[in-house]
Amino acid sequence: MTTEPLSFELSRPAVDPPRLPDADVPGPAPAGVLPSELLRSRPPGLPRLSEPEIMRHYSRLASLNYSISENFYPLGSCTMKYNPVLNEQAAALPGFAGLHPYQDEESVQGALELMWRLEQALCAVVGVDRVTLQPAAGAHGEWTALRMIAALHHSREEKRTEVLVPDSAHGTNPASAALSGFHVVEVKSGADGRISLADLESKLSPQTAALMLTNPNTLGLFEREILDIAEMVHATGALLYYDGANLNAFMGICRPGDMGFDAVHMNLHKTFTTPHGGGGPGAGPVGVKSDLVPFLPAPTVERTNGHLTLDYKHPQSIGRVRSFYGNFGMLVRAYAYILAMGGDGLSQASQDAVLSANYLRKLVETDLEMPHDGPCMHEFVASAHNLHEDGVRALDVAKALLDRHFYAPTVYFPLVVPEAIMVEPTETESKATLDSFATAIKEIVAQARADPQSLHDEPRNLPVGRLDEVTAARKINAYLQGQSEDPILRWKAPSETLPKDPC
Amino acid sequence: MAMLEAIGVESMNDLLVDIPQSLRLESLQLPNGLSELETMAQVSALAGRNRVYADRLTFRGGGMYRRFIPAAVAAVTSKPEFYTAYTPYQAEASQGTLQAIFEYQTLIAELTGMDVSNASLYDGATAVAEAAMMAHVQTGRSEVLVSGYLHPEYVQVLRAFGEGRGIKVRRGDQPGKKTAAVIFQQPDFLGLLVDAPALTRAAHDAGALAIACADPISLAILAAPGDYGADIAVGEGQQLGLSPSFGGPHVGFIACKRDLVRKLPGRLVGTAHDAHGRRGFVLALAAREQHIRREKATSNICTNHSLCALAAAVYLTYMGPYGLRQVAEVSFTRAHNLAARLASLPGWELAFPDRQFVNEFPVRVPKAPAVVRKLARKGILGGLDVSRWFRELKGVLTFTCTEVNDARALDELLAALG
Repeated sequence: MTTEPLSFELSRPAVDPPRLPDADVPGPAPAGVLPSELLRSRPPGLPRLSEPEIMRHYSRLASLNYSISENFYPLGSCTMKYNPVLNEQAAALPGFAGLHPYQDEESVQGALELMWRLEQALCAVVGVDRVTLQPAAGAHGEWTALRMIAALHHSREEKRTEVLVPDSAHGTNPASAALSGFHVVEVKSGADGRISLADLESKLSPQTAALMLTNPNTLGLFEREILDIAEMVHATGALLYYDGANLNAFMGICRPGDMGFDAVHMNLHKTFTTPHGGGGPGAGPVGVKSDLVPFLPAPTVERTNGHLTLDYKHPQSIGRVRSFYGNFGMLVRAYAYILAMGGDGLSQASQDAVLSANYLRKLVETDLEMPHDGPCMHEFVASAHNLHEDGVRALDVAKALLDRHFYAPTVYFPLVVPEAIMVEPTETESKATLDSFATAIKEIVAQARADPQSLHDEPRNLPVGRLDEVTAARKINAYLQGQSEDPILRWKAPSETLPKDPC
Repeated sequence: MAMLEAIGVESMNDLLVDIPQSLRLESLQLPNGLSELETMAQVSALAGRNRVYADRLTFRGGGMYRRFIPAAVAAVTSKPEFYTAYTPYQAEASQGTLQAIFEYQTLIAELTGMDVSNASLYDGATAVAEAAMMAHVQTGRSEVLVSGYLHPEYVQVLRAFGEGRGIKVRRGDQPGKKTAAVIFQQPDFLGLLVDAPALTRAAHDAGALAIACADPISLAILAAPGDYGADIAVGEGQQLGLSPSFGGPHVGFIACKRDLVRKLPGRLVGTAHDAHGRRGFVLALAAREQHIRREKATSNICTNHSLCALAAAVYLTYMGPYGLRQVAEVSFTRAHNLAARLASLPGWELAFPDRQFVNEFPVRVPKAPAVVRKLARKGILGGLDVSRWFRELKGVLTFTCTEVNDARALDELLAALG
């Protein structure tokens, strides 16, 4: 593998534009009608490549990526399970991909039916009354849920300004809370890795709007006292919000709704196998109990005697959180997955995910530190703290794994564990893969003991070695402060290669 | 069993001991799983209950358009190395995704004439909302002014976001001392051109930022936001190689001037070098983001719409500067041809005859709902009835025309109305 030039660097002025139709009807050209102030003076500096060059360019770029299709990708908290190819075929059906969002409702009954059925299925999995499919991503779903919680308190004329977030929570939790207008109050974890009930009690107050929690938590541990937590939170008049990042741990085993959660977001790109796409698009539906239903984003999908409608009449709705109806293409994929798996398959998937995590944890428990006792749920957090004396850090372990053709686990998260290595194997990996990953960990730990210096030079077998982010950041700062003209955040043409001819 | 044994437990239940017994489920209230054949049959049956209008007979826009999509786009985005990878935390093993995003950022910056683009957002609506929040933080002011016909759903999303941050959304084009930004769409929701340079000047005169919500294809012929001095350019990227798909997933773009880069939401990719001097790509300025700054982050967005951004990058690279201009010009000419012909129908007239447009335009017609139904019966997805959002536009349909609506399709539309 070698690096690939940028499309801009490959660009050749001699390349003809692609063949495209002419207008074929009489009519003005822009320059004949529009005032010059509104016209572009110089064509945008897009590259000029032939189709074969484009295809080769992107094929080479593709080969520089690790992905589930080729590599074990145990990125903790991200649920990198296999993405069934059937999903892609389903979403590409012309009857879905070709629909305009402003078509008449009568002409999109199948799409609305799919959304309604998906909502029903998600309600069944997490134990809530209604689900909005509008949010485009998990963080977007968190924020949507918090807006609904704020609206509910507001409707009760209660002024609640604080949202409690555990110290082990995903960064999106406090960010979403702040974006919703709340003050964030951190709740500490106890020595056993679970939320400290004493600390929770001291932080709960009449100002508390909600507690945001994921269960199992980011350490992969089930909050055993969840029913007590729910009671404490509800007793103060606050609501309980469930971060669905870890839903893959217990489908068919238990449900957030039954635990007492009032609002639940789900990541279709984690639990329900819509592909991660290199970082989106995903989908972050939010399920709510009846108290929050009036505040759902509009429109909702309603079904009466088999007839489906988009219902915009929700006077208490928080409004709209995204244009149109959400990432519909991802909804199709998730629905296809749920159909194929069924209730039995989803339950099996979660059990297998828990089994895989515990098995892998067992295989490496003597090689890395395990800061908390098992059993874990669908993921576990280890620590490379034991390699500290050899000068080896979690980052070195991660880079060494890359050289062994594994994507690295999540490192340095959650923040409450030093040198954290967060491993989520998922149910779609075979025992053989887990065994080989454990072998790699053992080799790396042995290498750390024998030749720690060599680990600092990993990865060696990838198109680039460790990249100097510090220098990059310094250069960006210089640009932002006007001390340099190299933006670093984009390619910039040497001036002579820009298209010069006027439009 | 071998795995349970290795763990040292007897059954799955031993691994689930932390879950209170009262919470345990027997099973999910869902049907059992299906074979691939049966699954696809069910899904296909649902798809079959939708009516799909031919590209060439779709004259409805309203923020979502039929465009020619080169086969190269799907050929690239369907590569599993792209679509089954995730976020590039390990840069060395994610250079394909990172470089593609870097190229996307450069393409968007070039198209909008801005200094820096981020790695993409969810859609045009959330891009507008994020831009408003940037302006709020930058100016310390808490009101944003929406000028003219900004997409009504973008306004709704802007209001929902604004409520959380204490930002008031007001309609008008007279910015004052409280105005953080003037937001306008070019061309606007009806397809009409606004005086973007004047709106930008007015915003700046009041000490506010100018946020231009731009149609990306139109930027091949129209002055770029950077050209007339806008501070932030945003928009919906669906037209850059993505099918309508009932409204998503698509991609929102956001780009800004140099002095606002630290306020940008979401991901940014930059160049860096390894010890051997090889150039690579990394996530940059991460200290703005939620996983580092938590509640102090510029936004809560975690990733971006990477695969859709990749589609946009392939599309723009395929088109190049002159292909994109050809697409925009063909659309322009055909739309003007269609507008003139529709306006000559008995009882039909351009709703804003003095206003310029690019490839979407509002027409006042007698009995708009009946017109739309009549066209649907002939397999044509006719204009969009915008009175649904704007009472003052009763009887107004917006028609759109792109390179997919060939000359014969225009004739068919006219014949159907005859």
